[in-house]
Amino acid sequence: MTIEFKDSISIVLCGAAGQGIATVETLLTSALKKSGLHVFSTQEFMSRVRGGTNSTTIRVSTNRVQSFCERIDILVPFTREAVSHVKARLSSNSCIIGDKKLFQDNVDAQSCIMIDVNYESVAEEIGHRVYSNSVAVGVLAGILGAEREYITGLLTDRFQSKGEKIVSNNIDAVTRGYKLADEIKASDQLPSLPSFSTQPSVGSELFLSGRDAVAIGAIAGGCNYVTFYPMAPSTGVGAFLAKNRLEFGIVTDQTEDEISAINKAFGAWYAGARALVTTSGGGFALMTEGLSLAGITEMPIVIHLAQRPGPATGLPTKTEQGDLELALYSGHGDFPRVLYAPGTLKEAFSLTQQAFNVADRYQVPVIILTDHYFINTRYNLPSLDEEKTQVERYIIETEREYTRYQFTDDGVSPRGIPGKGEGFIRVDSHTHTQDSQITEDPIIRKNMVDKRFKKLELLRGSAIKPTLVGNPESEILIISWGSTFHNVNDAVLELRNKGYSVAYLHFSQVYPIPKSVEIYFKNAKKRIVVENNATGQFASLLNLEVGIQIDKQVLKYTGYPFSLEELVKELKKEVQ
Amino acid sequence: MVDTTDYDRDVEIHWCPGCGNYPALKLLKETLVEEDIAPKNAVIVTGIGQAGKFSHFIDGNMINGLHGRYLSNALAIKASNPKLQVFAISGDGCTFSEGGNHFLHTIRYNPSIVNIVHNNAVYGLTKGQASPTSELGVKTGVQTLGVYNTPFNPIAVAIAQNASFVARAFVGHVEQTKEVLKKAIAHHGYALIDLFSPCVSFNRINTYQWYRENTYYLEDDYSPFDQKEAIGRALERGKLPLGIFYINERPTYEENIQIYKNDSRPLWQRELSKEKLTSLINSFR
Repeated sequence: MTIEFKDSISIVLCGAAGQGIATVETLLTSALKKSGLHVFSTQEFMSRVRGGTNSTTIRVSTNRVQSFCERIDILVPFTREAVSHVKARLSSNSCIIGDKKLFQDNVDAQSCIMIDVNYESVAEEIGHRVYSNSVAVGVLAGILGAEREYITGLLTDRFQSKGEKIVSNNIDAVTRGYKLADEIKASDQLPSLPSFSTQPSVGSELFLSGRDAVAIGAIAGGCNYVTFYPMAPSTGVGAFLAKNRLEFGIVTDQTEDEISAINKAFGAWYAGARALVTTSGGGFALMTEGLSLAGITEMPIVIHLAQRPGPATGLPTKTEQGDLELALYSGHGDFPRVLYAPGTLKEAFSLTQQAFNVADRYQVPVIILTDHYFINTRYNLPSLDEEKTQVERYIIETEREYTRYQFTDDGVSPRGIPGKGEGFIRVDSHTHTQDSQITEDPIIRKNMVDKRFKKLELLRGSAIKPTLVGNPESEILIISWGSTFHNVNDAVLELRNKGYSVAYLHFSQVYPIPKSVEIYFKNAKKRIVVENNATGQFASLLNLEVGIQIDKQVLKYTGYPFSLEELVKELKKEVQ
Repeated sequence: MVDTTDYDRDVEIHWCPGCGNYPALKLLKETLVEEDIAPKNAVIVTGIGQAGKFSHFIDGNMINGLHGRYLSNALAIKASNPKLQVFAISGDGCTFSEGGNHFLHTIRYNPSIVNIVHNNAVYGLTKGQASPTSELGVKTGVQTLGVYNTPFNPIAVAIAQNASFVARAFVGHVEQTKEVLKKAIAHHGYALIDLFSPCVSFNRINTYQWYRENTYYLEDDYSPFDQKEAIGRALERGKLPLGIFYINERPTYEENIQIYKNDSRPLWQRELSKEKLTSLINSFR
């Protein structure tokens, strides 16, 4: 079954680190979006600063586009290695536009349409080969129909600080690119590509990445303290907050190690701040002792865990959903926690925002699971509805007789902070009494554990419901969690359009899960879980939490995200 | 005014009779009262070990956290609310072994906190193993042929790291220790007090008597502002000097993070500006 891409074009830029692919991507996608087209882009790169082979996939459409496809309509190679790097994605409809020296003798390029454009020689005519990226932007923008004035504006913003000459040379380069695009279009070399219609309302939509959505969500949640040790793919969130720290009054701390990061976040919450820790699996592994401390002391804590393939160093700049069980079981001892896994950019914003309120209210760790793919994927959306969010604070003003761990009906003891009221805020990592004194009394011990687990039941009761797409009576139910949402959703839609009885259920809260979700599973004759990991960690969790048996797992653990085509192919085998 | 009983807590104290922690607790409480620091404005952050239990036996705000991590808790409290007086207290194992990296880096950050490290050169809570400050040759149930790892020299390390206040004291000398503590409290920046505090159960060598005989005070005309000179004194291994070795006042962490420059309110008193949030979001349009 082939998917017909009637309304979108897929462009891939491929070259070495340091060649400026990201610059081309940023300029091109921003200009296309501003021109009123829907745009999606995602980056795949190697763990090196220079060299290697990286690629960016850009999808442009008249309709909303949010998923990753393998198909390539236009490939722009920047190195000799580029064409072979993406050879599995090329077909006789793919068009390679670039310097023919880079591909004309490459066997992998032979079935493609080849158009020779030497960006570098055009750039040299302008004055320096440094302008070749701007020539490439002009060529692609011209072919796709982005308005030149947007690019001119973007270039001016970007290069203003380097002087007028640099700005005008870049603008010249783009203009030359547009001219080349006109020549290419006139020459009839291009395959037939869908023609787009632009919508002005799209031009004023937001265009952001998973990284941006998580970081803005944190700010909207009242985050005023962030700690992290740099580690791909989580660092971007810390860097975003660092950049905005003075505007929003955020203490931004690149700590000596991850152990310090979580213990600082702990100290910050103790003193009344709203702290975020951003990390990846290896760093989170070091934090688990601190997570356990938050567990026994009932300290709120918010952790953004951006997953990448492990074990150990694994694939530092690739993607995987392999740390669900780590997040779920980390930390010695029994204590409640909440795990979110946003599927859309809007959810990444709202769940990160909400994580601060939930952590503060229930005094538990809240972990937001994203991954490399999610963090580095970008698309346009109308709004984040930030006006609907509220920073909810649950800190009380204490009386002199205040005790930190007072037993209450729901297990939540009112939380005070030093300096607000007359009480003393005493917090202890040992098993403790209601007034925080060390104790080894077995009855108090049991009551304290039970008190903490009362909160898990509250959290289970107020859990975010999964999203059901399609008819609840469908014979087949596809299930996934976190970052796979758009890719699976589009694949399921494709199957439904072909007449299959398929529905899709996506979980953005993966723990705790209420028993009531059983209802979504009851009509399905076959339940298929899709996960970006090797063992089907969420399928196991569903079985443990709700007793749901999964009939089939579609798993991928190559370090790459699921593509639309691959999901359609794999799922179709299961729905026959 | 702070009352002499304000820091008293009516609980059973778990230390062994004669433990150096008793005079340490008493002199800390007395100093806090004499300096008129109200318990509600102070936070005592401790780690794990016998000294880590300190916070349980004194009233007021406290965290009794994890082994080795108390300096990270303490630094963040200060950075979240610079108005609080933060005392970070633990032992030599917690600070120099389990928390060694945090010790090195807290010195670099230079938050205005007082760090008291009870140094008894032995692991008390786990019953008598060598600590990072145990002398070469000391035999224990684990180090059966004697310690062969070079002892950690906290004073020399702190001075080499350019710590902003470095002192050594001995719990047997109450008045002198209180004076050092008062100077540490008044100091603007991170203040380390390496406090000799005998373990009467597991260290039969470094007794009260031993410390009395093997220490002396830095001279009255000793100037603590020369790093090289201070390192020299820190490396003395015959009789061990007591007093303030080194002072290097410089901007603190709370000052360097800038957010209190024009607004002294602690983080908990601040509200998110919805206008700024919307404006940030709109910059992505």
